[in-house]
Amino acid sequence: MAEHERHEFKNPVARWFDSRLPILSLAKGHVIDFPTPRNLNYFWTFGGILAVMLVVQIVTGVVLVMHFTPHVDFAFDSIEAIRRDVNYGNIIQKMHTVGASMFFLAVYIHIFRGLYYGSYKAPREVLWMIGVLILLVMMATAFLGYVLPWGQMSFWAAKVITNLFSAVPFFGDTIVTWLWGGYSVDNPTLNRFFSLHYLLPFVLVGLVFLHIWALHVPGNNNPLGVEVQSGQDTVPFHPYYTLKDTYAIVVFLLLFAAFMFFAPDYLGHPINYAKANPLVTPQHIVPEWYFLPYYAILRSIPDKLLGVIAMFGSILVLFALPWLDTSKVRSANYRPVYRQFFWLLVIDSILLGIVGSNPPEGAWLTIGRIATAYYFLHFLVIVPLVGFLEVPRPVPASISEAVLPPRSELRAAE
Amino acid sequence: MSTAEAAEGTRRDFLYIATGAVGVVGAAFALWPFIDQMNPDASVRALASIEVDLAPVAVGQAITVKWRGNPVFIRHRTPPEIEAAKKVPLDDLVDGEARNANLPDSAPATDENRVVGGKENMLVMLGVCTHLGCVPIGNEGDYTVVENNVKMGGWFCPCHGSHYDTAGRIRKGPAPENLHVPQYAYISDTKIRIG
Repeated sequence: MAEHERHEFKNPVARWFDSRLPILSLAKGHVIDFPTPRNLNYFWTFGGILAVMLVVQIVTGVVLVMHFTPHVDFAFDSIEAIRRDVNYGNIIQKMHTVGASMFFLAVYIHIFRGLYYGSYKAPREVLWMIGVLILLVMMATAFLGYVLPWGQMSFWAAKVITNLFSAVPFFGDTIVTWLWGGYSVDNPTLNRFFSLHYLLPFVLVGLVFLHIWALHVPGNNNPLGVEVQSGQDTVPFHPYYTLKDTYAIVVFLLLFAAFMFFAPDYLGHPINYAKANPLVTPQHIVPEWYFLPYYAILRSIPDKLLGVIAMFGSILVLFALPWLDTSKVRSANYRPVYRQFFWLLVIDSILLGIVGSNPPEGAWLTIGRIATAYYFLHFLVIVPLVGFLEVPRPVPASISEAVLPPRSELRAAE
Repeated sequence: MSTAEAAEGTRRDFLYIATGAVGVVGAAFALWPFIDQMNPDASVRALASIEVDLAPVAVGQAITVKWRGNPVFIRHRTPPEIEAAKKVPLDDLVDGEARNANLPDSAPATDENRVVGGKENMLVMLGVCTHLGCVPIGNEGDYTVVENNVKMGGWFCPCHGSHYDTAGRIRKGPAPENLHVPQYAYISDTKIRIG
């Protein structure tokens, strides 16, 4: 981004300012004129939707902190006070909790879009890996935030998740005591979780900046998976994609608003409206829906350490994906075999989510084990093998050839 | 500077490396307070011990007390529970160690080794599942003793399905260790100090 072209602004003030800090040229080059493939479909709008969600979470979060008390005796009551007493507090608090779910919904669609269209392949490996890092930080942020209302599910989520680190050989207990700041999840834990929950979103902003930087080096992938070859293949980002993104954002916000106004607690758990009690674990503890597949993987393995490794491994394997996929063709539109396995992975992930929401007994345990095994089989065996064995369909020579009518037709129209 | 000199390393190279190394060590030392501040503070460490009167706990009754923020189960076991625990061959146990803070680490997980001073009727242990820290439910699970339709002893963790027997030893499920026995001592016949 450092060596972009300096734009000659007509306005003398803009020219004066830009020659001292070329931020206007930067905005013009990367937001207004940025050449973007002309054939992006609506799955490409989720990047913009995610940027909006991050802003929504930060703005509502900063406001909530003005009314929240991070102390074991007051946290639960202060959230209730926000919902009952603070002006517009019930809307802002729900916007934040429902917003977390919407954020994950958008990020999962964004990730599966990348998996379908091969957006992780060269030269976009670093872009993809920063994306996986963003997912990890997002998950940490969501977990830390979930603890803050100090309900029963908050408390036991904190206890179970921090206890994952007790599986570390030799230092496990030392690490867990260090995370807690005590011998159990207690006030010091709540305080540090609050501090880190406020910090991590700004780390996310930094990572998103790197993500976009890494995106703007090779430019966008597109549904055909062929690189941009000429100006014919692209349109400027503004107004074509600023407006397409805005339209998608509005539609997405409709869904967000529907949950927020009509079913704000549908995605949560009633037991979290009971105040944390360190002496009683709820009968059935489950994480929020967006963590259920990982939870299912954790529980499907009967060994504590291996369960934790498999759970983290289910995300870490994505870092290796650009090198596990041996196919040169990006888009699954031209990969008849991979496309079937892609949909199987989608079904498998949803199935893992359903398993995670059920108690680890009987048939659910067996289904969970098969679904977990298949998840890893997909990335570690199926993806590398399909790349070698599959015969892809012929890929178009260029974007414009595939999506624009032939020149003869254009001339005929004139 | 000739190429030969550069390959061997000059006084200046040495100074660069030495300066850099001192800087790294200094940064590491400066980092330590910021890591250690997260460990339990003095007020948390001060709440280290509590005393519990066991006289009101009748046979077959269990109480839960809070120690260092965690539940401690104290169960006055019935004779059938003790018998059931004694009958288990040590080879059948998932975790062969007593996990008793009052005994050496190598002590085998016999029923006597799960208590202090041979008082096998009083079982005192942390009510924290050794899997991921949930509180197990008493008189439940596959290893409870049933007599006249009454479940006695045994624990079941609702989070991830670990079963503990009447001596609090892990028998089935993902938990790797027996429920831990905290450090405690009898200060009179019916009174203990935990911690």
